[in-house]
Amino acid sequence: MAVHGDHGAHAHHPDLQHHFDTLGQQHEAATLGMWLFLITEVMFFGGLFLAYMLYRIWYPRAWSEASLELNVLLGGTNTIVLIGSSLTMALAVRAAQTGLRKQTVVWLLLTMALGLTFLVIKYFEYAEKFEHHHVPGFDFHFPGPDAGPAQIYFSLYFLMTGLHATHMVIGFGLLSVITWMAARGRFSPAWYTPVEMSGLYWHFVDIVWIFLFPLLYLVDRAHHFA
Amino acid sequence: MASTASLAAPTAPLVTYLNHQHGVASWLLTKDHKRIGLMYMVVVTFAFFLGGIFASMIRLELATPAGDLLSADTYNKMFTMHGVAMVFFVLIPAVPAILGNFVLPLMLGAKDVAFPKLNLLSWYIFVIGFLFTVYAMVAGGVDTGWTFYTPYSSRASNANVMMTGIGVFITGFSSILTGLNFMVTIHRMRAPGLTWFRLPLFVWAVYATSLVQILGTPVIAITVLALAIERGLHFGIFDPALGGDPVLFQHMFWFYSHPAVYIMILPPMGAISEVIAAFSRKSVFGYSFVAFSSLAIAIFGFLVWAHHMFVAGISVYSALVFSFLTYAVAIPSAVKVFNWAATMYKGAIWLKAPMIWAICFLGLFLVGGLTGLFTAALGVDVHIHDTYFVVAHFHFIMVGGAIMGYFAGLHYWWPKITGRMYSDIWAKVAAVIVFAGFNLTFGPQFILGYLGMPRRYHVYPEEFQVLNVLSSAGASILGVGYMLVAIYLLASLFKGERVGANPWYATGLEWTTQSPPLPHNFEVQPIVTHEAYEYTRREVTVG
Repeated sequence: MAVHGDHGAHAHHPDLQHHFDTLGQQHEAATLGMWLFLITEVMFFGGLFLAYMLYRIWYPRAWSEASLELNVLLGGTNTIVLIGSSLTMALAVRAAQTGLRKQTVVWLLLTMALGLTFLVIKYFEYAEKFEHHHVPGFDFHFPGPDAGPAQIYFSLYFLMTGLHATHMVIGFGLLSVITWMAARGRFSPAWYTPVEMSGLYWHFVDIVWIFLFPLLYLVDRAHHFA
Repeated sequence: MASTASLAAPTAPLVTYLNHQHGVASWLLTKDHKRIGLMYMVVVTFAFFLGGIFASMIRLELATPAGDLLSADTYNKMFTMHGVAMVFFVLIPAVPAILGNFVLPLMLGAKDVAFPKLNLLSWYIFVIGFLFTVYAMVAGGVDTGWTFYTPYSSRASNANVMMTGIGVFITGFSSILTGLNFMVTIHRMRAPGLTWFRLPLFVWAVYATSLVQILGTPVIAITVLALAIERGLHFGIFDPALGGDPVLFQHMFWFYSHPAVYIMILPPMGAISEVIAAFSRKSVFGYSFVAFSSLAIAIFGFLVWAHHMFVAGISVYSALVFSFLTYAVAIPSAVKVFNWAATMYKGAIWLKAPMIWAICFLGLFLVGGLTGLFTAALGVDVHIHDTYFVVAHFHFIMVGGAIMGYFAGLHYWWPKITGRMYSDIWAKVAAVIVFAGFNLTFGPQFILGYLGMPRRYHVYPEEFQVLNVLSSAGASILGVGYMLVAIYLLASLFKGERVGANPWYATGLEWTTQSPPLPHNFEVQPIVTHEAYEYTRREVTVG
């Protein structure tokens, strides 16, 4: 319901858009909109997860062998980096909510630094794939009888991680704007909606990786090291 | 309820959303949902014209059994581009993006949609996607069928699949963002007192549509993206040469593209509910059934996609389930038709132009819906799959249903949008011409399909010529009907009689503000104290 939220008293707040009655209504609209957007994102990635599931069931051996070619150390490091960035993002939202301007900026900058670290590590991983001829369509080579399915595996690997990395880049751009706004003191306990919305987006992108990492890097690895 | 404003002699309001700002920039940078709706109307009308030209080429070719007008390749491009233009740039945006944008905030008593800037962005995304697609068409066309089936689309075709794919991909985000915007608007922007069960049924229909747009459209986006990457970078995803599964593409494609049919038909159904109530002077029979049938159609609609694939080698058990669920989705559709008929029953029917269009909708949608049951039957579908029977069936839904419903809504809200009334008699004549032309175009195609004429061929055996000539003749009548609509609606902009706030004496908040409405819709925030469609209240109290 479009009821008056916690911040309803600030009717003349400069960030209240003309078509809303209160900041509370505006905040609720933004929150609902963001969650709906994240649902569309789930469906967007969902198509690729479906393809992944089908081919993994069809080609378990190729999946297991191709997965061993991924660098689990770099992937694992990136997982920790991203989870760390989610923590700093949550702290940034908290700081914005409590009106701590300087802290907000610091936590946001840290989040961006961790996001950049992730992308740099990802770059080295991709470069490695080019060296090893594991990029479909570019002189792809995979020994053994499973070259076809392995190429499908790597196609999905690049599609899924590439789409994820694209979301990271967009998130980085989003956080740059938010950080700039935070530094200029645009947020207050009465209105910090953009920080919270960017946070939701950032956490979502993080969660996608939490699924991608085991699905792509950890296929049957225990079996091979046993 | 006839407000006093509607009884006063209509004069042009001083300040309206049309005249409070001038110049091209005031349109291209507007955040007003009403202006954005009109901007969609311009692009969609152009796309409709474009798709119509492709359709005429198809019908001209099929007037004779030999392939004498178009080569096979050109014919393939004609039906592909007809489908792409009509599906993605006419049917999907027509009612939600044009009429929805215009009337939804008015119906809710809101100043605008929840995210006006996003709304404008959606329009730009739509236009950019359209430009990509038009470029693909101009630069040689595309020949895969609007369904883009792999591996033909990803490996074999040498047409502009990539550009068209990019166009469809981009346009998808316009649809997603519009759905998201409308859903938040319905949740958060309703006037005081406007509870869920006081909402006009058009709003319920738009809500259900938004659900489909939000859940379905991202899947087609990722599918087309995967297709583009397979085609462009030679990644293996659906390619059977690498062990990929082209049927996976069909599953992912129809997971969106079947529910997309409900994006096309649900909002017109909502418009029909408004029109039937207003011109029967009765409350919609079984309001909550009609409201929930929209949601049921949206939800069931996600569970029937594989009925497009009964001959694609899917398991017989899953085919059984999908066949059963397809029958199930007919139930909420039938609920709507029965309830509209029951609304008209013993109503004081006022046969103005919108009502004529709505009645034509009822007849055509009924035929389209019932023939859908033929195609849902597993055995029958093997016989009629990919024949003209299917072509006729879905044109009855999409043109007979969605486009007729769009026109019913457009004629209903036209005086609100423009402040002027079109010629009622010409509108009725056009409706009858379109109805007759439509039946003559697509009626024979049911028979052709049943006799075994496959779709998507530019030649056919001579014994099919009579029915094909009838169909082509019908198409030209249909074309005349649509041109007529364009002419008298355009003429009404200059010569139409000025109307007051509520020329139809209809309920609904959109009729309480002036025509054309104020830039921010209402002078004072409306407060709702009663149900939708209180047409019978007076009779009830008198009787």
